[in-house]
Amino acid sequence: MIQEFKSKGKNYLIGLIWFFLLLWPLLGIHSDGTLSFAKAFYVWFYIFCASIIVVTVYIIHKKGLTLPLVKPLASATNKIYGYAASMPKPVLFIIIGVIAFLFPFFTERYAQDTAINVLIYICLGLGLNIVVGMAGLLDLGYIAFYGVGAYTYALLNTLYGLSFWLSLPIVAIFAGIAGCIVGYPTLRMRGDYLAIVTLGFGEIIRIIFNNWMQLTNGPNGILGIKPPAALIPSFANGFSFEYLYLKKLHYLYYAALLLAVFTIIVVSRLSASRIGRAWEAIREDETVAEMTGINTFSLKLLAYATGAVLGGIAGAFFAARMRFVSPESFTFIESAMVLSMVVLGGMGSIPGIILGVIALIALPEVFREFELYRMLAFGASMTLMMLFRPKGLIPSKRMGVRSEEKEE
Amino acid sequence: MKKPILELKNVTSGYNEIQVLKDISIEVFEGEIVTLIGGNGAGKTTTLMTISNIVPATSGEILYYGKPIHKKPADVLPGIGLCQVPEGRRIFPRLSVENNLEMGAFLRKDHKKIAEDIEYIYQLFPILKERKKQPGGALSGGEQQMLAIGRAIMGRPKLLLLDEPSLGLAPLITLKIFEIIEEINKKGTTVLLRLCNGNGKNYRQRYR
Repeated sequence: MIQEFKSKGKNYLIGLIWFFLLLWPLLGIHSDGTLSFAKAFYVWFYIFCASIIVVTVYIIHKKGLTLPLVKPLASATNKIYGYAASMPKPVLFIIIGVIAFLFPFFTERYAQDTAINVLIYICLGLGLNIVVGMAGLLDLGYIAFYGVGAYTYALLNTLYGLSFWLSLPIVAIFAGIAGCIVGYPTLRMRGDYLAIVTLGFGEIIRIIFNNWMQLTNGPNGILGIKPPAALIPSFANGFSFEYLYLKKLHYLYYAALLLAVFTIIVVSRLSASRIGRAWEAIREDETVAEMTGINTFSLKLLAYATGAVLGGIAGAFFAARMRFVSPESFTFIESAMVLSMVVLGGMGSIPGIILGVIALIALPEVFREFELYRMLAFGASMTLMMLFRPKGLIPSKRMGVRSEEKEE
Repeated sequence: MKKPILELKNVTSGYNEIQVLKDISIEVFEGEIVTLIGGNGAGKTTTLMTISNIVPATSGEILYYGKPIHKKPADVLPGIGLCQVPEGRRIFPRLSVENNLEMGAFLRKDHKKIAEDIEYIYQLFPILKERKKQPGGALSGGEQQMLAIGRAIMGRPKLLLLDEPSLGLAPLITLKIFEIIEEINKKGTTVLLRLCNGNGKNYRQRYR
């Protein structure tokens, strides 16, 4: 064990010194110009002790001393995994569906609100997954289509009084057109250049929302958007249908669930199709994809437009839920968040992205008390993820399976 | 006189200002194996890339079965039977071997025959069958080259353009690949092969 410490010790020590050098300016330089060391050292010492414990446990674990402790745990989790895997897929879906359906009955307003957020971001993440995960086009301005969807519904509703469900197809068409307009000039580029240009277009669309006073009311936003409505059976005087705006949160939750399920079905059907395979080929090698007969330009445009349509639908729901839109909701940080969800969860994998969204939306809610350090923890967790699971929480299956493992 | 399946007439092409091909003329007849040979930088790869229209020809004509194809986009060419195996084993590294082969048949709609052709490829290269579920990037160099050739055959080409199939491979594997090229040729595919100097067997040299 001493030997182990010696071999790792040097790097470990350098790391701790480096960490202190980073920490001290944050805690030791005060706004009035005075310098202090005590507080920084105090915090650093805590982290030093904690890390020593972690490293010791890690080394003990490596040596196999914890085996009697870990083994039953590992076998138990393996059993659960094996059981879940052996279960037929429809059963799994039904269980998840029932849990999702019953969710509002057992939860408070706050939890439902978070759940709606998660569902909206699932739609967004899956939409971006088509562009980034499947077609391999790095899009840093994706939130613009979310904005186009939100504003389209907001305007259709406030100016023409169109209902949510009737607006949805129009929203989809508008977002798709926006996707084509942005995609047509940008998709001639590849890699880094594409990322920068999409970033620019995303900002352009946000600035249009901000400055087109006559139409979008500028930074003041649009107020008074109606929530989605539905016919709800009522048994008050015999049987009849009641036309109801879904103001209650749990009704909105079901509307969001419906959209999320729709998105999941669309994306999974697409990824199993010929088009999905062509997108993956483009991601792998564009020139060769062209040589095997794939019209790369139109398929890239299709990927972009499909992603935009899904993002637009999510945006329309966002506007309907908030009953207010303003350009502030569509800044670059939102694009970056959605992209991190996709990357964290595993590009190209639907369950992975759902998990990634839950991790990045629900967990910060759970840790509200540590608000101050949220972004710090966020950055640290992303770094650790990229070190230990670079393919995401649940990597995509299509990335290849060993032939011995799966033989039909 | 027999008509050539592929004919290049005074083709000029290059990258931006750099002119690589100057007045190239090639004729390839049906059922032949034609080899392009030349030193480094002679323009062998550019010739093949120009035929596939990845690098557009700036002047001259490329005729395929007597019809000009130099204006057609690269992605329609596999549909009319002109497939290329690009240089340097460019497969789809994260798709499985099976999916790689399926991609080769992207423009075909006859599912039954596609399945048959995949079996045929597995007969030609049994190692690919063993590894059909593995990602293409996990294969060895020789296997990747086999996969790239297999993928091109999946398009049922009438004319197969092969860019340096022996690059960086052991002599034994090279021999095997050439045997298979001959076999495809006997089955009715014309082959335009590009080699470095004197690599491989004695094929008939037509130009350059």
